[in-house]
Amino acid sequence: MALISTRRALAFSGVLAVALSATACGSGDSGGSGDTASSGGTSSIDCAPYTAFGDLKGKTVSVYTSITAPEDGPHIASYKPFEECTGVTIKYEGSKEFEAQLPVRVKGGNAPDIAYLPQPGLLQTMVATGAVKPAPAEVTANVDKNMPDFKEYGTVDGTFYAAALGANVKSFVWYSPSAFADKGYQIPTTWDELLALTDKIAKDNPDAKPWCAGIESGDATGWPATDWVEDVMLRTAGAETYDKWVKHEIPFNDPSVATALAEVGKILKNPAYVNGGFGDVKTIASTSFQDAGQPILDGSCYMHRQASFYAANWPEGTKVAEDGDVWAFYLPSKTAEDRPVLGGGEFVAAFADRPEVKAFQTYLSSVEWANERAKTCGSGGCVTANKNADASLLKNPVDKLSAEQLTDANATFRFDGSDLMPGAVGAGTFWKGMTDWITGKDDASTLDYIEQSWPKS
Amino acid sequence: MVSSVLQALPVGILPEPLLRAESTGGKFLLMAFAVLLFAAIFGLVLFLASLFKGREGEKVQGFLFALPAIFLLAVGLLYPAILTIIQSLRGRSGEAGFTLDNYVQMFTQPELLTVLRNTALWVVLVPFLATAIGLLYAILIDRARGEAFAKALIFLPMAISMVGAGIIWKFVYQYKQTERPQIGLLNGVLKALGFETQQFLLDAPVNTLMLIIVMVWIQAGFAMTVLSAAIKAIPDDIIEAARLDGVSGFRMFRFITLPSIRSALVVVLTTIGIGTLKVFDIVRTMTAGQFDTSVVANEFYNQSFRYNAPGLGAALAVLLFILVVPIVTYNIVQMRKEA
Repeated sequence: MALISTRRALAFSGVLAVALSATACGSGDSGGSGDTASSGGTSSIDCAPYTAFGDLKGKTVSVYTSITAPEDGPHIASYKPFEECTGVTIKYEGSKEFEAQLPVRVKGGNAPDIAYLPQPGLLQTMVATGAVKPAPAEVTANVDKNMPDFKEYGTVDGTFYAAALGANVKSFVWYSPSAFADKGYQIPTTWDELLALTDKIAKDNPDAKPWCAGIESGDATGWPATDWVEDVMLRTAGAETYDKWVKHEIPFNDPSVATALAEVGKILKNPAYVNGGFGDVKTIASTSFQDAGQPILDGSCYMHRQASFYAANWPEGTKVAEDGDVWAFYLPSKTAEDRPVLGGGEFVAAFADRPEVKAFQTYLSSVEWANERAKTCGSGGCVTANKNADASLLKNPVDKLSAEQLTDANATFRFDGSDLMPGAVGAGTFWKGMTDWITGKDDASTLDYIEQSWPKS
Repeated sequence: MVSSVLQALPVGILPEPLLRAESTGGKFLLMAFAVLLFAAIFGLVLFLASLFKGREGEKVQGFLFALPAIFLLAVGLLYPAILTIIQSLRGRSGEAGFTLDNYVQMFTQPELLTVLRNTALWVVLVPFLATAIGLLYAILIDRARGEAFAKALIFLPMAISMVGAGIIWKFVYQYKQTERPQIGLLNGVLKALGFETQQFLLDAPVNTLMLIIVMVWIQAGFAMTVLSAAIKAIPDDIIEAARLDGVSGFRMFRFITLPSIRSALVVVLTTIGIGTLKVFDIVRTMTAGQFDTSVVANEFYNQSFRYNAPGLGAALAVLLFILVVPIVTYNIVQMRKEA
């Protein structure tokens, strides 16, 4: 408890500092004087779109998110041009207990003005409480222009509520380029090649395992395993069946899901393939997802399937690049042409419709914000869902790679399935079921267990 | 705290700046307001009480003094309890009409049955183990040299929060492959003795026992302190008389010590029992209820706040309440007998 409150206090003082410096700077520079991207400081934005909301000076917008230190700093910095231009103060609060606390706050009549929801399933739950305000027309227009792919995920029962904010790509396999080069391994381009490579690594290296994996994540233990199933489901069953599965138009224990789970089991449940550096198959359940990929650096394992945001978890001094210590390749599909991409993101839901809140929503859905986010980016994870953002502003190589995947015309993007499912499944039994599956439950009873938990109404 | 209580009041009673006290000045204003309110209510009660005199008046006075407490209990305990019971009868997400679904599910779904089994394990093992260890320790160190120091040693865990204890023991149980350097104490010992390292928190039901050890570790100190005081309170002449009759050793314990500290034992057992039923922090910090270690309080939190099933959560809370009632009742009855 003490730990959490100090963290809060730190976050709060951070907000305070930003707010103070924002007011100190004033709104002197209004003309866009060719600010270069490399400066990383504040740049000015076109204030015209926000004057339509009236005089906003001295107003405050509270933001509640699951993005905590150290990733919150760059976020707060990206609001600065908006604050300078409108005079609005953004009160930022990040919490690791966000998903559980938000419903409590909303029910208690203490909702924040804006919340960044990492799961469309949570958005549906929140909309059902009646507290979420539909997106203003300006935001809808921005979304139609900048991120049409993400619009349906922010829509509940035909009404559009929430624009996408950040985006990440999950279909990545982390590896060590130098280890691959030393052993002469090629990046696989099809699923079969990946399995063949796995087998070859296992045979070549008696002291190491081809894969590392870890699904421990405190309260949320199990989610990395659901990502595995979703990624493989997209590859074995195809995007259309995937959509049906997510919407429960086919049961959770459908044969197509069983096929995908069995395919995942070929890797994760094979003692010869996992769990490099940690022990037997069961150690996957007790290894934190942050630690899971680390043995790649000492050669105890060769591959680790994890999202783009894993880049932030490598120890300081690790070079994350194509020619560096670690890098990621696209988790291959059945054929090299077929490119499903699994991804995630946050959505901006508003619980108030005051003018300053609408103005801030509009800012977050604009190209200006997406570019500002890229400029103030800290240690990566700065890809936005915004298609029209300037991808060249992204400095981090993983961010660049992710942006390429997201904007690739041949790629079929699908949102993380567990995040779309009702909370009882997507943040409950699916996680728990996969954890039990790792520790020994068989395929069929795992799927049956998750199926029976799907809310009836 | 005060501000959340105030926010629960219907808006309009208070001026806006008090409701949304965000600046430091506003918060001080709110605090001053709360203190004044408290003083005003107290003054009013005292004033009203002073109006009644005599024998009959004393009854009214007593009622008046109890009034604020009764009011707060009603608002803070009774009202939420009734709401919880109603919610538990209104389906999974609290929207259906009257239904017993939540209770049926609680006693039929295998995962929830595991939760009930674990809670039963906790309630049976923790109070008896903690009390037994505490009692043994209290007898062993009674009038021994360095008693105060020995007491302090076992009492220290009481000073650590449950979350803190959970984190400490998580490190004790930490698993690493046998070949790797160990950071977990227990596995370090195993490795040094030439055994394979073990995953203590992974396999049910052993993992639940491992968590129970943590609770016993915390509570044994409490049991020891209370029981030690009770043992010291046994009149010397009784012991003297027993000695003269030739009683010693185990018979002394069985026929003299144990009956003399009976009431203290009941208090210790029931207090630890109630605490154990509500155990949440240890489970949540160490395993988050994964690997079949969840207990009722933890599952209640999960269902209510994470799985969006407040109805089922409420049913679990009601169950917890029902389980605590007999223990509390027994405790009160025993205390009445003593008095």
